[in-house]
Amino acid sequence: MNHWPFILAAYAVVIAGVGGLSLASWLAMRSAERAADALRDRK
Amino acid sequence: MIHALANPTRFLKIARPLTPILFWSGLLLALVGAWGGLTQTPPDYLQKESVRILYIHVPSAWLGMGGWSGLAIACFAFLVWRHPLANLAARAIAPVGAVFAVLCLITGSIWGRPTWGTWWEWDGRLTSMLLLFFIYIAWIALERADRERGGDGRIPALFGVAGTVLLPVIRYSVVWWQTLHQGQSLTLTQSSIDSTMLWPLLMTLPGFSLMFGGIVLMRMRAALASQRVEARLRRMAA
Repeated sequence: MNHWPFILAAYAVVIAGVGGLSLASWLAMRSAERAADALRDRK
Repeated sequence: MIHALANPTRFLKIARPLTPILFWSGLLLALVGAWGGLTQTPPDYLQKESVRILYIHVPSAWLGMGGWSGLAIACFAFLVWRHPLANLAARAIAPVGAVFAVLCLITGSIWGRPTWGTWWEWDGRLTSMLLLFFIYIAWIALERADRERGGDGRIPALFGVAGTVLLPVIRYSVVWWQTLHQGQSLTLTQSSIDSTMLWPLLMTLPGFSLMFGGIVLMRMRAALASQRVEARLRRMAA
């Protein structure tokens, strides 16, 4: 049995999982901090 | 240390520069380790090429379990000292730990097909890891429900601490029930893996761990900023 399709599938799943989680967390942090800064500047 | 970091202003002062350092250094280590595991190591005499999956599977398992340890410590700190940041840390850790637990299950299943000839087996290690994923989901649902009902966070914190009983079950499952999953080949002090195959794992393990820390800090910063927005909007409306 050729193992490489399994290896590539496993790495793709990890890239998608960790990449998606990192991107979602970064976007959430950026938008929340921008909203907080914008409100502070309106004071 | 915990008391000093419990101050949100002091915490943010440290977290802001630390977030990119943890994330990017972790990503670099993980990428070098993954490259080494994919291209620079020999295939295993028994597992053949599929051994390369372990360079991502082992860190996922480590962080799935390590995530719950972090969550339990944060819950314990919340119960004892009532630090709101501890509650926030637990909330930030839970989804990240759940993602790594599910990645461990998926990569393990993909590894199992060419190696064991099956995608899944109700073996002690696999079943206890699946249970860990379910208790992550249960904790997230419980914490959200508690927050929406205006709870004080004590019930999810107690659940977080109680959930640690599963960690030794996962750790020793390969000793207690000698079923399909192989025994432990790497501990803090020794390894049965040959050094020619071990070094990428020694990069992906700390690499993913640093990324885990960076992602948790991002989520904590997002939650703190949202709290600031809500507090300011309440003050403006009053």
